[in-house]
Amino acid sequence: MDYITQGLSQAFILIATLNPEVVDITLRTLSITFTATLIASIISVPLGLYISFNNFFGKKTIISLIQTLYALPTVVVGLLMYMLLSNKGPLGIFGLLFTPSGMIIGQTVLIIPIITGLTIAALSNLDPGIRDTARSLGATVSQFFLSMLKEARFAILAAVVMGFSRAISEVGAAIMIGGNIRGQTRILTTTITLETGQGNFSLSIALGIILLLIALIVNMIVSYFQQR
Amino acid sequence: MDFKKSGLILLLIVLAGAVLMAGCTGTQSTGDAVATPAVTQTAEETPAVSEDKVLLIATTTSLDATGLLAELEKEFEEKTGTDVQITAVGTGAALELGANGDVDLLMVHDRLREDAFLKEGSATDRRVFAYNYFDIVGPESDPAGIKGMSPEDALVTIMEKGKTDANVKFVSRGDGSGTHGKEKALWKSAGYDYAENEPVWVKEDWYVEAGTGMGATLTMADEMNAYSLSDIGTFLKYSGDETISLVELVNEGDSLINIYGAMIISPEKYPETNVELSKEWINFLTSDGVQEEIQVFGVKEYGQPLFFPAKDAIAILSPSGVTQDEISAVIA
Repeated sequence: MDYITQGLSQAFILIATLNPEVVDITLRTLSITFTATLIASIISVPLGLYISFNNFFGKKTIISLIQTLYALPTVVVGLLMYMLLSNKGPLGIFGLLFTPSGMIIGQTVLIIPIITGLTIAALSNLDPGIRDTARSLGATVSQFFLSMLKEARFAILAAVVMGFSRAISEVGAAIMIGGNIRGQTRILTTTITLETGQGNFSLSIALGIILLLIALIVNMIVSYFQQR
Repeated sequence: MDFKKSGLILLLIVLAGAVLMAGCTGTQSTGDAVATPAVTQTAEETPAVSEDKVLLIATTTSLDATGLLAELEKEFEEKTGTDVQITAVGTGAALELGANGDVDLLMVHDRLREDAFLKEGSATDRRVFAYNYFDIVGPESDPAGIKGMSPEDALVTIMEKGKTDANVKFVSRGDGSGTHGKEKALWKSAGYDYAENEPVWVKEDWYVEAGTGMGATLTMADEMNAYSLSDIGTFLKYSGDETISLVELVNEGDSLINIYGAMIISPEKYPETNVELSKEWINFLTSDGVQEEIQVFGVKEYGQPLFFPAKDAIAILSPSGVTQDEISAVIA
């Protein structure tokens, strides 16, 4: 029992003294996940807008497919990316396996379906009256899209945050693509996996607390914007 | 109709959410998923094995990855009607499981740490059942030109060339395993204090610290055209299966010996330890029959044995501090 309290107290010391290794791992995690979330959002939000406001053959199927991919297992993404990025694979020439860039690609692929799907859901919840008003006022296509985006901005922000949360908390793809290399591709979740295996609970607990803190801070920022 | 549709979507979202959560937890447990299939199978074959018939073993990954342990497990279970449950982790993690009393028995390969573990009374009755050698492996082109050097010279050469040549890299296990322990010992005998140098090396491009198991480390070294230190068993398995194209470059030298020991978690510290079955398992390992099996294991597939039996090898093992009793004394 005392090893739990010991682990907890050491964890707080590690965080309070800004242990360089803990800081390094945290910053790397944030930069990889933020980049992936940004790229995924740039792809997913316009894609969601397009799918939502256009009627085309197979639209329902596409939406079902996107929603199915919410459950895309991270290890499957890891496996696919490993095979693509490996020297034996088609993208091997770029040398992205075991690099932070490779991890960013993996996380981006993982969260595109979530952000796209939740963006579609956000837009479908808009009052149809708003669309008609915008159209009847003679809005151009781009004005129309911008006004829709403005109306649904909080729900879309929530979609982006959901994607971020999934990316930062996953470990399967991160280990398979990144390889958990110290000082290069070691992030919060992969370090917890490794250190717990070695019985270094205090560092694992510290990093676990940091992961939870990141989630808390991100959510606080979002609710601050929503309440304005 | 509308109500139906929205209900369906809601259901989908809830399902997706549930699956997402399951997905998150699921990925985290992949580590032990590797070890469980064997367990569930045996559980199905032998319905309701009583508690004193279950033996929990934490083992180093190399014994598991080569398939030797699976073979011995099957044989032992058939012979005794017990259920052997094996979790394959690095030696460091195995010792940790032992120190917490989470298993009955350890099968590891790091003499220094085993000695400390026995000394502090966490385990008893160590027996040595097999040995083989570590290898320094690397790309066939051998950019640092280490072929045929002593292991210590090879490591130092990789370090010196790696500092200036981007094509020379070394991938370290870096996970506190027995192999990682051997690497530290080699650096030490080459005149470099690992604890002092490692933080510096990690910042340099030539030293890659993987923090994963032997198999994953080998595939990483293969991808990077890098050198690595590997136990011969895992290396032969991976190169024999053509998973990797690395070759053995340094395999001479007594300092590369790799000794596998089994020991029982101290029942004085942890009364739940299944001592009877643990004794039976270790005596089974040191028995003549199994020793002969170890000698021929893998020869058919890989053209050479993956392990050597400890029996009759006292001359080779004694410089590392192994006694005759550790090899052949039956645990009463």
